[in-house]
Amino acid sequence: MSEKVLMKGNEALGEAAIQAGCRHFFGYPITPQTELSAYLSKKMPKVGGTFLQAESEIAAINMVLGAAGSGVRAMTSSSSPGISLKSEGVSYIAGSDVPAVIINVQRGGPGLGSIQPSQADYWQATKALGHGDFQLFVLAPSTVQEMADFVALAFETAEKYRMPAMILSDGMLGQMMEPVVFPDATEVHEGDKSWAASGHKNQRKHNVVNSLYIEAKDLEQKVVERYQRYELVKANEQRSESYLTEDADIVVVAFGASSRVSRSAVNAARAKGIKAGLFRPITLWPYPVDALEKTIGTAKKYLTVEMNMGQMIEDVRLAVNGRKPVEFFGRTGGIIPTPAEVLAKIEEMAK
Amino acid sequence: MANTMNVLLAGFGGQGILFTGKVMVYGALTEGKELSWLPSYGPEMRGGTCNCSVVISDEAIGSPLVTNPDVLVAMNRPSLEKFVGSVVPGGTILVDSSTVDIKVERTDVTVYYVPATSLADKNGLKGLANIILLGKLFKEKQFISRESLDKGLAKCIPAKKAEMLEFNKKALEIGMEQ
Repeated sequence: MSEKVLMKGNEALGEAAIQAGCRHFFGYPITPQTELSAYLSKKMPKVGGTFLQAESEIAAINMVLGAAGSGVRAMTSSSSPGISLKSEGVSYIAGSDVPAVIINVQRGGPGLGSIQPSQADYWQATKALGHGDFQLFVLAPSTVQEMADFVALAFETAEKYRMPAMILSDGMLGQMMEPVVFPDATEVHEGDKSWAASGHKNQRKHNVVNSLYIEAKDLEQKVVERYQRYELVKANEQRSESYLTEDADIVVVAFGASSRVSRSAVNAARAKGIKAGLFRPITLWPYPVDALEKTIGTAKKYLTVEMNMGQMIEDVRLAVNGRKPVEFFGRTGGIIPTPAEVLAKIEEMAK
Repeated sequence: MANTMNVLLAGFGGQGILFTGKVMVYGALTEGKELSWLPSYGPEMRGGTCNCSVVISDEAIGSPLVTNPDVLVAMNRPSLEKFVGSVVPGGTILVDSSTVDIKVERTDVTVYYVPATSLADKNGLKGLANIILLGKLFKEKQFISRESLDKGLAKCIPAKKAEMLEFNKKALEIGMEQ
């Protein structure tokens, strides 16, 4: 096994991108994501890749569309307000069936908000990052190790289903250092790129990468085909982690940074004799409804813990479908809830 | 949770708060412990207060944000005032008594006053008050072996500044004598 190294989450994302064979990064600096761009600005030229600080977020995402449309692994990263600026480009990427990876190291919002950690872009990432009928494959890491592991997974899944993938992180995970292990030799599993507009010297029919369909029936057909692929993603790509849920009366549901806090609170609750467990969605889209369903027989109540005003709770309620009560605890604006606050809510629910 | 130490290091930006935390976690890394290092970031770093959460544990770490520290290291008065109430009962507080002119009024915690900044100045180690406090913290808590602490220190000092390693080691020794 390779050596354990200490890295900030943002740096781990950058190193993982290089190891995943990504040689095209287009970005624009924003706190708390900047270490990722800084890392790649140093490392990308050394591996013969392209690091480009664009004139704006909008330019960067359109460069990703162009590069990815030619078949290469392309990535961009930003934080919440910057992701909003990229939304038009993300919609074009989805509408062009182009695989690409977008990283959001979330901060407080709306507007310019704060620069502190947040999860208030859950709805944006899972429901509507741009106009039109489309989805992103969304991964939510909760450790620096997962930040590293999920980059290759994001590229592979994006290529397999020809859709954009997002890693939805936050300022806490981006800024913190933890031990991380990179594999000794990374094998890059690139998907089929026969659709790419990569140049062919008149050896084959032109490939066209485009999201414009003048005829409504053509567009409808395209979108329906795309949604057939989304059904495959839902069937094959759900990921989650269950911690002490087998006998849990209260199942806490949390992802990313708030799942770390919730894990501490669940341990503290267990120490007080309360049967609490943690269900941690790793894919936010597709939502891991199949694994959550397995808890429904034993759980008496659900509690979602989020760093927002209550966004993921809607997906939990959809999955639970009225069979059990679902409550919410959250802090927002850039505040990280404390384990003690979450424990207090669990204790109140256990009464 | 007996084998988990939650540390909050706090002071002014520029006092080496983040660096001190790095030495601790790099030391813990050499022993294969679970660890996390989380800096405060943002406007408070420009001359204002700065803090760093360090968790060293034998088990997987939940929240890396230390809200109720087992150990608080306070290098300025605003930090002590802000965090003194959050230390767990039975916890430990290290105060740089040359920069903090107040005393801890709590009686349920162990407090060590070390005039770290003036000790550093007297010994020609300007700017290494943080490492003197780390030496004292090591003496009282022994959270890793001495060898690992030295390795952590060496890891945090870039090759270009190799001469700084000796000064840092001297600062550690002074701290351990307090």
